[in-house]
Amino acid sequence: MPKREDIKKILIIGSGPIIISQACEFDYSGVQACKALREEGYEIVLVNSNPATIMTDPEMAHRTYIEPITPQVVAKIIEQERPQACLPTLGGQTALNTAVALDEMGVFEKFQVELIGARPEVIKKAEDRDLFRKAMANCGLRVPRSVIITQLSEVEAAAAEIGFPIIVRPAFTLGGTGGGVSYNLDDLRAQCEAGLKASMTSQLMLEESVMGWKEYELEVMRDLNDNVVIICSIENFDAMGVHTGDSITVAPAQTLTDREYQLMRDASLAIMREIGVETGGSNVQFAINPKNGEMVVIEMNPRVSRSSALASKATGFPIAKIAAKLAVGYSLDEIPNDITQETYASFEPTIDYCVVKIPRWTFEKFPGAKDELTTSMRSVGEAMSIGRTFKEAFQKGLRSLETGRFGLGGDGKEKAEALSLEELKTALATPNSQRGFQLGQALRMGLTIQEIHDLTWIDPWFLFQMKQIIDLEEEIKGGLTPEVFRKAKEWGFSDLQLAHLTGSTPDRIRSQRLEAGIRPVYKLVDTCAAEFEAYTPYYYSTYDEEDEVRATDKRKVMILGGGPNRIGQGIEFDYCCCHASFALSEIGVESIMVNSNPETVSTDYDTSDRLYFEPLTYEDVLNIIEAEKPEGVIVQFGGQTPLNLSVPLDRVGVPILGTPPDAIDRAEDRERFQKLLHKLDLKQPPNGIAVNTAEALEIADRIGYPVVVRPSYVLGGRAMEIVYDDKDLDRYMSEAVQASPEHPVLIDKYLKNAIEIDVDAVADGRDCLIAGIMEHIEEAGVHSGDSACSLPPISLSPELIVEIKESTRALAKELGVVGLMNVQYAFQAPTLFVLEVNPRASRTVPFVSKATGTPWAKVATKAMMGLSLKEQGVKEVTPGHVSVKEAVFPFARFPGVDVLLGPEMKSTGEVMGIDADFGMAFAKSQLGAGQYLPSSGGVVLSVKDEDKPGAVDLARRLSALGFEIFATSATADALRGAGVKVTKVPKISEGRPHIVDRMINKKIDLVINTPSGKQASMDARDMRRAALRLSIPYVTTLAAARATVAAMEALCYRELKVKPIQDHHPESI
Amino acid sequence: MKAVLALEDGTIFEGRSFTGEGEALAEVCFNTSMTGYQEILTDPSYKLQMVAMTYPLIGNYGTCPEDMESGRVHVEAFIVKEYQPYFSNWRGRASLVDFLKQYGVLGVEGIDTRRLTRKLRIYGAMKGLISTRCEDPEAMVQKAREWPGLDEIDCVPMVTCGQAYRWEGGPGQEVDLAQGDALWQKKSQFKVAAFDYGIKYNILRHLERIGAEVIVLPAKATAEEVLRLNPDGIFLSNGPGDPSLVTYGVETIKDLIGQKPIFGICLGHQLLGKALGGTTYKLKFGHRGGNQPVKDLTTGRVEITAQNHGYCVDLETLDQDAVELTHVNLNDNTLEGFRHRSLPLFCVQYHPENSPGPHDATYLFDRFAELMTRER
Ligand SMILES: Nc1ncnc2c1ncn2[C@@H]1O[C@H](COP(=O)(O)OP(=O)(O)O)[C@@H](O)[C@H]1O
Ligand SMILES: Nc1ncnc2c1ncn2[C@@H]1O[C@H](COP(=O)(O)OP(=O)(O)O)[C@@H](O)[C@H]1O
Ligand SMILES: [Mg+2]
Ligand SMILES: [Mg+2]
Repeated sequence: MPKREDIKKILIIGSGPIIISQACEFDYSGVQACKALREEGYEIVLVNSNPATIMTDPEMAHRTYIEPITPQVVAKIIEQERPQACLPTLGGQTALNTAVALDEMGVFEKFQVELIGARPEVIKKAEDRDLFRKAMANCGLRVPRSVIITQLSEVEAAAAEIGFPIIVRPAFTLGGTGGGVSYNLDDLRAQCEAGLKASMTSQLMLEESVMGWKEYELEVMRDLNDNVVIICSIENFDAMGVHTGDSITVAPAQTLTDREYQLMRDASLAIMREIGVETGGSNVQFAINPKNGEMVVIEMNPRVSRSSALASKATGFPIAKIAAKLAVGYSLDEIPNDITQETYASFEPTIDYCVVKIPRWTFEKFPGAKDELTTSMRSVGEAMSIGRTFKEAFQKGLRSLETGRFGLGGDGKEKAEALSLEELKTALATPNSQRGFQLGQALRMGLTIQEIHDLTWIDPWFLFQMKQIIDLEEEIKGGLTPEVFRKAKEWGFSDLQLAHLTGSTPDRIRSQRLEAGIRPVYKLVDTCAAEFEAYTPYYYSTYDEEDEVRATDKRKVMILGGGPNRIGQGIEFDYCCCHASFALSEIGVESIMVNSNPETVSTDYDTSDRLYFEPLTYEDVLNIIEAEKPEGVIVQFGGQTPLNLSVPLDRVGVPILGTPPDAIDRAEDRERFQKLLHKLDLKQPPNGIAVNTAEALEIADRIGYPVVVRPSYVLGGRAMEIVYDDKDLDRYMSEAVQASPEHPVLIDKYLKNAIEIDVDAVADGRDCLIAGIMEHIEEAGVHSGDSACSLPPISLSPELIVEIKESTRALAKELGVVGLMNVQYAFQAPTLFVLEVNPRASRTVPFVSKATGTPWAKVATKAMMGLSLKEQGVKEVTPGHVSVKEAVFPFARFPGVDVLLGPEMKSTGEVMGIDADFGMAFAKSQLGAGQYLPSSGGVVLSVKDEDKPGAVDLARRLSALGFEIFATSATADALRGAGVKVTKVPKISEGRPHIVDRMINKKIDLVINTPSGKQASMDARDMRRAALRLSIPYVTTLAAARATVAAMEALCYRELKVKPIQDHHPESI
Repeated sequence: MKAVLALEDGTIFEGRSFTGEGEALAEVCFNTSMTGYQEILTDPSYKLQMVAMTYPLIGNYGTCPEDMESGRVHVEAFIVKEYQPYFSNWRGRASLVDFLKQYGVLGVEGIDTRRLTRKLRIYGAMKGLISTRCEDPEAMVQKAREWPGLDEIDCVPMVTCGQAYRWEGGPGQEVDLAQGDALWQKKSQFKVAAFDYGIKYNILRHLERIGAEVIVLPAKATAEEVLRLNPDGIFLSNGPGDPSLVTYGVETIKDLIGQKPIFGICLGHQLLGKALGGTTYKLKFGHRGGNQPVKDLTTGRVEITAQNHGYCVDLETLDQDAVELTHVNLNDNTLEGFRHRSLPLFCVQYHPENSPGPHDATYLFDRFAELMTRER
């Protein structure tokens, strides 16, 4: 069928901020959808609150609303834009849930908007556990036995019916929020309470456990003609019970015979039809009993998902793009396959390699959180790898994680985590983030495949593959004969592992290897296993015979990506890498992208001229450089990952584009940095370096408490703390970091009550432009990635701004920056301190670009390619509106963890609010981040002493807005003393009904709690956790409280209006 | 043990035998199915062919008695990237290596199967010699060249049954066609006489599923013998090699057309095409895999099909007034199925019985049932 002509304008809903279980994959799908529909001549209206996305670039859609994705706000956009259709299946669960809410509000009906991709009934049928169960029965498929409950009183009877263990699953949530496994009634009650809260419909399913069964996923597509195809099958390495997002997964399915695979395929087709997904991609999950093959259906998602992004990257089949085309009426056999050009999308990809995805977790950032993998997803990112053997893909995947490991073992890191046999057995039986390596250790210690299978339920086929790797380690130790050498490379061993195992060095292994003629070849990902010629150059390395690289003699530049998402390095860096690629194409230079993150836009085969899906290690990158011989490599956009490679690559003569690698060293090396600042007459907080506790105490004594401490060898604020006294410092030095001469600890004077300022700048070696100055809302001491900020600054004097600009320019000049640079300052009146300088793209580049309407990463790329800023004609921008960035945190996923902010970054993503004034911009940022600020009700204040004066003003203003003020004793006294009407409420330890009781009883709609510096009290902590659990907005710093009150005032006195960025920056388009 | 594959164009591949010594001279082809190696190995259509799997890991789930598509392995040699010695599946009974050894078939791993596939795609189907004897490569290439190849060897006699037999959930009792109509037990809805040019068991299972009692006939059974059985329908099976060499089949079919409803698959489809006056030609490298899109022109629906054929009926040579094109391959627009406008016959080039492959096209067996009902 040809495309629909009755539709002209389509609204696409994005997925909002990056959170656990909803990451860049929805930027990838959104970008594909925008491009696919634009290409068809539709006018695209887009809403997404996440500024770090490529989809919110002004050229992706016609009308781009960087506004909160709430039903009310989207309704306003609909009213303003009057689209004929809305496509909700590409923005994850957020978009789907928003669409359902809009439908229920009658917005679609009122404005005559048709939901395309998935109708509301379809969404409900797939997402409502009860309807889904009935639907499965209709097509003769079994689902685990289950009982739906809507209130706590039903729990006991349900448990009796199902029997333990019981899986708790809320409806309409993502990534298993609020779900889990219960082994007894107490656990179950607690879990149901949390689950009922998390579910949009207060509906919970208690389900028969099929833990230990094999888990599979199929990615399915259907068109309006009822053609259905399977794009990819995925087998989970971890058995049922570990969320697929936390499982190592493998494509295609490895241990199913054709007969079993086809039954699963038939079931998926039947489910698509029964649920009624008319067009687009869906994901169906199955569990299979390994003893007899019994199959049950776990769930289906009637939308593109993390798995479909993975499937797209694994096969080369662009699911989201095709889904968008199907939604406007095309059928699969009308859509050409970009890769082969001669075939159509109506086929099933077949692959001739093995794909492994491995998640990356960050439990270490959340002390108190148990490192345990269950049915609720915890990972923050993932790496994908491709090989011609599972073993190769698996080891490549492990080193793609960038956790310091280079394969399953043999990299000299095993000892650090060695467990006793008993510990190991326990660890194996409780899935956790170290599982892969624990399996390696178990095999090394001689546990049999059967024994390990009994403990882990992991299919023996996978365990055997791992055993082969471990056995080969032994052979390698015996000497690298040509056969063993070749086999080791075919099985994914890195040069570094081989060096360790044979007592050599990676460099020596490398030259030995090249001498022996053992080099990787690059093969194509082509959707069809070479049956047709492929035109899109999407490569992976392997050790096989034939190389398929079609090197060209055009000018070409390589861009190193950021690898798997982690806290501190995520989509923002991918955004910059994509822009580098776009900029290169604008100036006619070929781009070569290297990355290992399947969620990203950068790993779309459409983004760059050539794509290498490879680990970002020295060896893997150097191999590609040798194959491609680019004229230069861009390392400053992918975050710390490529930056760390710049010095070693530079050393072997690889041309690094832009800022010289030495400048990076000057900014990162403590002593050299100090000299640099000294030379420029810039100030740094008083500081010192300690290699033991005595030294640390001495330094602290000299500069005075509190101090900021951190290990010198970790990044992203890892293990960074504010320490208030000797005792605390002693604990930190001995327990937290174990300082040593190789691992000194950096100690800085903590600048109290300082305003932190982030500056992004771009330089061409001569001129330097200030891209943006951001004033943080929270004071210095809260990691810049976790702090909200405002562009332009709200309280800085013009003189200070001049000083900031001049300091920044001086730094750029002295460092010889060509490209981007980020400086963090702390202003403690009257002094401006430099906290750090990063001669690379920072996390805020996309935000600044959106706020100023200038694509700074592109500008920087062109500068690196020799186009001066003057030639480019770019200028500094002073926007006429206020942009606020707010961070989004994963605390809800880590029960028991305090929600306080500190110098160690914890946020997973960010949102942006834009408006004419700060109050409304901040209000929008809060809405976007899921802090639903109340317009009436009660506010509780409980602040530390030094914040009390400030709290008075806030309480007054809140009263004026009509809020009832509650406060804990001392705060209440202070407020009352200042004449504010306040109700005193007991803390938890002070008797009942205490503050949390009131929160539970829905008397409190906002919590303002600023913890006193040191050991925050348990009472306050429980109050904050309660707020989180009950979804009551909470604020933990006075500065944020001020901004929050300003936002509430804005919301009270003015109407929230929406405006697309194309109207904010009409000149830049 | 080292093994060498020499192609007629002079290309040499080196690998390792995982089944011990062996040698095979055959046409080299590739299959893009990611599952179903046992069904492929036992598909008689692969007679005189060696098969390379494009999916690199093979052997993962072992083998099991239920997944046989005939009584033995027909593939002459089996080529994979990495053989998996450890299998894991609840139905798995024997490892692939033991299975291949049982039938004396050479298995070779360590070959860059993607390179091989690209070669075949670019240069077309080739003859090859694969051997663990590792003689002089030149000599091996020479031997491959000298081998007459599928264009000159009729493989059907090598795989068809020697004697007609009853299908009873599996190959059953042999029967004497001279008894004619009396042979039928008449417990089922339909009586189907199925020509075995190299028939796959799953076809017979499907005929059984639609309610047919089946007598399987040797390829050279005569039209007279068939008509004496007075079946409700005649089935023409898949089979190996060049249809042009199966002249006896074409002659027999000519005599049967119009007499009884006929359903043909693969070689059966090609023979039917020839019997109706069409010609066949050799495809450059064939269609072998489980992901081929075929459009049913009668419904507009696309089905994903299992295919295994190296020859094809030339659409142009069929009398379009007499036959109607019903199925076409969406990858290369080749003919995938047709029916007669007035006579009760239809056929498809691909494998609706799948095994291995998607089940999208099994409705064709039901169409056969409808046709038989209508014509009764
Ligand atoms: N009945 C069950 N028994 C054991 N594990 C289960 C069961 N149901 C789900 N799981 C596990 O929980 C995970 C999440 O469940 P799922 O229904 O897929 O929720 P989500 O919407 O979070 O993806 C699954 O990937 C699976 O490993
Ligand atoms: N001397 C200091 N006084 C107050 N806060 C500080 C000081 N040094 C660092 N911080 C805080 O710690 C955060 C992280 O420190 P930073 O040096 O930027 O590390 P990272 O490399 O993780 O960005 C900063 O954003 C700032 O809020
Ligand atoms: Mg799931
Ligand atoms: Mg910082």
